Amino acid sequence: MNEIVSVSHGVVGYDGRPVLRDVSLTVSAGEVVAILGANGSGKSTLIRTILGLVPLSGGAIALFGTPQRRFRQWHRVGYVPQRLDAGGGVPATVGEVVASGRLARRGVFRPPGRADRAAVASALEAVGLSDRVRDPVATLSGGQQQRTLIARALAGEPELLVLDEPTAGVDSTSQVAFAAALGGFLGTGGTVLLVAHELGPLQPLIQRAVVVHDGRIAYDGPEIPEPAGHHADAGHDHQHQHCAEDPSLAIVRGAVDR
Amino acid sequence: MSLFQYDFMIRALIGALIIGLTAPALGIYLVQRKLSLIGDGIGHVALTGVGVGLLTNQSPVYTAVIVAAIGAIGVELVRERGRTSGDLALAVLFYGGIAGGVVLVGLSPKGGAGNSLTAYLFGSLTTTSPSDLTVIVVLGLIVLLAMVALRPALFAICHDEEYARVSGLPVRALNLLLAVTTAVTVTIAMRAVGLLLVSALMVVPVAAAQQVTRGFRATMALAMLIGLVSAGAGVTLAGEANTALGATIVLLTIAVFLGLAIGAAVWRLVRRRMLPAAPVAAEPPDVVLGR
Repeated sequence: MNEIVSVSHGVVGYDGRPVLRDVSLTVSAGEVVAILGANGSGKSTLIRTILGLVPLSGGAIALFGTPQRRFRQWHRVGYVPQRLDAGGGVPATVGEVVASGRLARRGVFRPPGRADRAAVASALEAVGLSDRVRDPVATLSGGQQQRTLIARALAGEPELLVLDEPTAGVDSTSQVAFAAALGGFLGTGGTVLLVAHELGPLQPLIQRAVVVHDGRIAYDGPEIPEPAGHHADAGHDHQHQHCAEDPSLAIVRGAVDR
Repeated sequence: MSLFQYDFMIRALIGALIIGLTAPALGIYLVQRKLSLIGDGIGHVALTGVGVGLLTNQSPVYTAVIVAAIGAIGVELVRERGRTSGDLALAVLFYGGIAGGVVLVGLSPKGGAGNSLTAYLFGSLTTTSPSDLTVIVVLGLIVLLAMVALRPALFAICHDEEYARVSGLPVRALNLLLAVTTAVTVTIAMRAVGLLLVSALMVVPVAAAQQVTRGFRATMALAMLIGLVSAGAGVTLAGEANTALGATIVLLTIAVFLGLAIGAAVWRLVRRRMLPAAPVAAEPPDVVLGR
C-alpha cells in the first residue's frame, strides 16, 4: 500500500525530558487514523513532529515516501490546528482566513486566481459556512471558528488531513458539520490523521485507533477503545479535570478487555 | 496655496505623504502580531545609528537604517525562540540603543548643541534635503510595494505562524523581511515624525481603521488612507499654525481614531434602538454533548 506517513522509532524530547520514547507508525493512503490518549501522553507532540513543527531527536519520518527533511510538497498536507483564540490584533474575515489555505499551492508571489477563489468557495460550502464569508472570525462561535480552520485546510486541496483535537469544546451542530466535511474529504480519496480526546460524531469515520501512553504506542488496531466508563454516558457533563484516574489507562484497559 | 510656494514645504509634503501611506501598511502586520510597540523599540535602536552617522560624518539616514535593521533582526531572532527571557533582552536592547545614541550624538562635533538630537527624536521634515527626500521616496515605495504585494503571505505568517510553516511558506525569510522593512520604515519616518513618534504612525491609523472595518484587507486600505490624509492635513495645518509637524500628524491620526471609535459606538447604539425587535443571534450554545 501507498505509505503517506511513516514514523520509525521516533524519539522527541523537550529540554531533555522525553515526550516520545520510541514511536513507530505508518499511515497508508485512504486510511482514517485516530490518535488517542490522555493530556500529556504525547499524542499532540506526535502529530506536531510529523508536521515538522517539533524536531525529532531520534528515528526517522517520511511523508509521501520522502524523508521529512527533504519534503517540499506541503500542499499535499492540510493542517487543522487546535482552535485559534480569536486571531490576531486586526480583524480578519472568514474568507480571508480560508484563502490563506491556498498559499501552499499557489506560493508567495502569485496573486489569487479563479481556481483559488473556487477552492475557497467549495471549502466553505463543505463546512457549511458559505453565508459567513464576510464576517469577522472573532464574531463566530468556537465551533464555527474550528470549521473555518478545517475549511482553510480543505481549500488547499490536500491529500492528507492532519487535525489536532478538532472536536474539543465544539458545539454539536459544528461537530456534525465537521463530520460531514470530513466524510466529503474521504470521498475524494483523502487520508486523515487526527488527534482526539473524544471522537463524538467522528467515531463512525474512524477505521483505526492508535493509543499513545507515556510517549509510547500502547495500542494500534481497528477497534476503537472506549474511554473511561463515565465518559460514555450520554448526558455527562463535559469536564476533563474531574478525571481522577488516568483516562488513557482506562482506554488501554478497555481495548484489552475486548 | 501660498504655503506650498516654498520648495522645503513641497518636500515636507511629499515625504509626509509617502510615510503616511507606508507606515500603516507595515504597521498592520505588527498590530496583527500584537507587537504594536516594536516600532518604538526599533526607533530607540535607530538613534544609535544616527549617532554613528553624525560621529563618522556619514548620512545619519543610512547608518540609522543599517543599525536599526541589525537591531530588528536581533529582535526577530529573540521572538523566534520565544524565550521568556526575551522580554528582558528586548528591554536591554532598546535602552542600550537610546543611551548609545545620546552618547554618540553628544560626542559628535555637530551634535554638541543638542539641536540635532531633537530633530531626530521629534522629527524635522522641513529641513529635509532633496537627497534625503529621494531616499525617503525610494525606500518608502519599496516597503509599500512589498507590503501590498506580499499581503496574503504576510497575513498568513502573522495570523498563524505554525500553519504558515506547515504550508511550506518561507516563514523565516518573511519574518526577516518584516524585521528589515520595519527598520527601514522607522528610519525614513524618523525625519517626519521623529523616532519617539514613529510607532504612532504605524499603529494609530490601524487602530482607527479597525473601529469600522470587518476584514484585514479593508483595514489595511482604510489605515493607509487615514495615514495619507492625516499626513497631508498635518503638513498644511503645521505650516499654517506653525506647530511641530510630526506631533501634529500624530494628533490628527488620534483624532481620527477617537472620531471613528465614538462614531462606531453611537452607530451601534442607534441601530439597536432602531431595531428593538431584531432577533438575538441564534448561536448554538458552545458546549459538547456526550455521545
